[in-house]
Amino acid sequence: MPTLTIDGVEITVDSGVTLMQACEEAGAEIPRFCYHDRLSIAGNCRMCLVEQENAPKPIASCAMPAADGMVIHTNSPSIKKAREGVMEFLLINHPLDCPICDQGGECDLQDQSMAYGGNDSRYDENKRAVTEKNMGPLIKTVMTRCIHCTRCIRFAQEVAGVEEIGALGRGEHMEISTYLEQSMTSELSGNVIDLCPVGALTSKPYAFTARSWELEKTESIDVHDAVGSNIRVDVRGKEVMRILPRLNEDVNQEWLADRSRFAYDGLKKRRLDKPYVRIDGKLTEATWEDAFKTIADKVAGTDGSKIAGIAGDLADVESMTALKDLLISLGSANLDCRTDGVQYDASNRASYLFNSTISGIDQVDALLIIGANIREDAPIINARIRQQSLTGNLQIAVIGETLDLTYDYDYLGAGAQTLADLVSDNGAFAQTLKDASHPMIIIGQNVLSRADGQAIAAMAAQLADNVGAITADWNGYNVLHQAAGRVGGLDIGFVPQDGGRDVAGILDGAASGDIEIVFLHHADEIDVSKLQNAFVIYQGSHGDAGVQHADVILPGAAYTEKAATWVNTEGRVQLGNRAAFPPGDAREDWTILRALSGVIGKTLPYDTLDALRDRMAEIAPHLAEADQIVAADWQGAGTAGDTSDEPFAGNSIDHYQVNPICRASNTMEECTNIQNEVSEGTGTNG
Amino acid sequence: MSGQTQAQQSEHFEFTAENLQKTKEHIAKYPEGRQASAVMPLLDIAQRQNGGWLPQAGIRCVATMLDMPVIRVLEVASFYTMYNLAPVGEHFVQVCTTTPCWLRGSDDIVSACKNKLGINMGETTQDGKFTIIEVECLGACANAPMMQIGDDYYEDLTADTTTKVLDALQAGDTPTPGPQSGRKKSEPAGGLTSLQETS
Repeated sequence: MPTLTIDGVEITVDSGVTLMQACEEAGAEIPRFCYHDRLSIAGNCRMCLVEQENAPKPIASCAMPAADGMVIHTNSPSIKKAREGVMEFLLINHPLDCPICDQGGECDLQDQSMAYGGNDSRYDENKRAVTEKNMGPLIKTVMTRCIHCTRCIRFAQEVAGVEEIGALGRGEHMEISTYLEQSMTSELSGNVIDLCPVGALTSKPYAFTARSWELEKTESIDVHDAVGSNIRVDVRGKEVMRILPRLNEDVNQEWLADRSRFAYDGLKKRRLDKPYVRIDGKLTEATWEDAFKTIADKVAGTDGSKIAGIAGDLADVESMTALKDLLISLGSANLDCRTDGVQYDASNRASYLFNSTISGIDQVDALLIIGANIREDAPIINARIRQQSLTGNLQIAVIGETLDLTYDYDYLGAGAQTLADLVSDNGAFAQTLKDASHPMIIIGQNVLSRADGQAIAAMAAQLADNVGAITADWNGYNVLHQAAGRVGGLDIGFVPQDGGRDVAGILDGAASGDIEIVFLHHADEIDVSKLQNAFVIYQGSHGDAGVQHADVILPGAAYTEKAATWVNTEGRVQLGNRAAFPPGDAREDWTILRALSGVIGKTLPYDTLDALRDRMAEIAPHLAEADQIVAADWQGAGTAGDTSDEPFAGNSIDHYQVNPICRASNTMEECTNIQNEVSEGTGTNG
Repeated sequence: MSGQTQAQQSEHFEFTAENLQKTKEHIAKYPEGRQASAVMPLLDIAQRQNGGWLPQAGIRCVATMLDMPVIRVLEVASFYTMYNLAPVGEHFVQVCTTTPCWLRGSDDIVSACKNKLGINMGETTQDGKFTIIEVECLGACANAPMMQIGDDYYEDLTADTTTKVLDALQAGDTPTPGPQSGRKKSEPAGGLTSLQETS
């Protein structure tokens, strides 16, 4: 524990910390460009110079370990001069184009040159100019602005695990580029935009659309995967201009997956902004009254058992609660939120959660991945696993497809037989799991949604029990969800009630005529062709698959347009906020259901969001605990049964096209195209 | 040379059997898992095999052999000036113009080259025989001014001897490398001043 003096303050810090961290602990502010908490130390910008007494010259505090007895000055005249000098050199080749730079207003270089720079430049020569580099559809480059901090290179190498960015040339001719200017093949590539301390890497979709100071910033929760990344939605007027990550150490740290960051242009397209009613086979614009009346008339003449409700991937907990209450009051037991067909037991919470939690990955020393393409389903969790794997303390094995997960793993086999072997204690990895202090098993949706999914879940649960993955303070059984709405739906029991039908049953019933009214709530990931004969009420935000056979369309709100509760794959309850208003006549989803219930004559007993949330807490008390994880009791998972020999598939969907918002997004379409080009290998992969 | 070109890039590159053997020898020098250390000699072998310049396909080939990301290999290849990423002439003439050579008259050498070959610095003759470039110190200051052609140093140059060397190369001969003034290696220009007694 070294004790040192910083600006006259004596401070004791942990051994091994850098001088910069020590200075910050002592309350001194150290400017920096290349240093970043989550990346390795480069020490090449020289902005963090501090003065050490008896040292011959200023030292770069980011790369110098704090040592006992150091006497450091961070604000002496010589340091001021040193910083001005560094700043002057950095600015020699930096263009003075802040007025047309997207980074303007939130630029480290701009801010620090105001705070630490000199007044003017003594440089009369020509500035160097660098051609712009193509980095794909997401990242816009203006490489003349680059100050060669190498944060983007280090991010790609260390966090994203794709070594595709590098520094070519040297000295004054150094340029940052991807190999032959190919797109970055990372699902986390957008983070280099946040990391870039200048305007060299900026967001291509956001380019020239807004200035940072004119945006209204709302903190919210992402819904493009089941991670529940914390985001900030930046809005100008009614329009979402961009989405940025928010720091949450327990969830997304400070990263954000590309589809969460860039799919926002899908919020402006294919939107349902008016109620529609099908009249003579044609969807016709209608008023809310007409739409509600049409539904009420239909419902009045239909037996409750012939009414069904399906909640989709993007359904929030509030509206699902309202829909559940409404359907039950109508006498229906046919409700389900498991559109992918997984037979979760909603009464056994631990059987469908990512029990180890995302931050728990930091302790894991043995990991078995069963048929999950974590890299695409939950890029943030994959990055966390990679981070842990780089410590060298984590052994990983995979059953399923051999995917590039950005970290090394042992490939055990393709299907259920391999898992059965592990359960019956064969194979070296069973021993590895046993020896581990925090063993972890992750199961993907693509496995659980198979016909034998529950049998495989039971085997995985058995394995977890066998290897001691379940203890009083650790649960190593993890389900990796793909949909943001799923865990919330299961938590409030949006599953078939006594004698009710599940999703497959509802669809079959609709095809055969046993089900007459189907309420689709943000549900697009189903086989809608079976709904042709039923009276379909679609409530959602986008004109996607679900509206195809709809008889009444109720325009709802997208995730940025409502205050809603989301429960992520680990069971963390998080509150999203409204950043913009829904377009046109669209309304927040729970209010639509509340209004509809009045017209039908089954008025729901809550008039305010708070009252509704009280009702949610009544159903599932943990939903009142925002930002918390309430651990679930372990009661095993799945039901034992026969398994098929079919190999586990990791990859079934295009991860840039997972939901209606992504499918409406041009940016996501471009990403898909690039991804297809890369996977077809157009020429340049030797 | 950091300049990259798409011109004359071929899709495919493969080491010849002989060169493949050489690469294996280099890789074998390093411990298991550290084979990336062999990147520079491998790039050099690839460049020699490809007529003095390194094609992108060669960079990719080396990356695959050493299990390195291709961008890391390109970083190396673009950092060191000894790797040419664009085609060069059969005789790659590098004239040193750093201070010692310049003081000893490297300007004359440069203009002799230009006059003789009819091209400017950084250019290649029409027939593809010669490329001339200006380089920084090659470490033969004691024999300034000098130039490097291929692997050989030609030292103690004058405009005349420069032209002679180039003439010989043009004629298909190999002029004797080393000092062109007649002195032996870098012994004193006016003859030995010490160690004169022979036993």
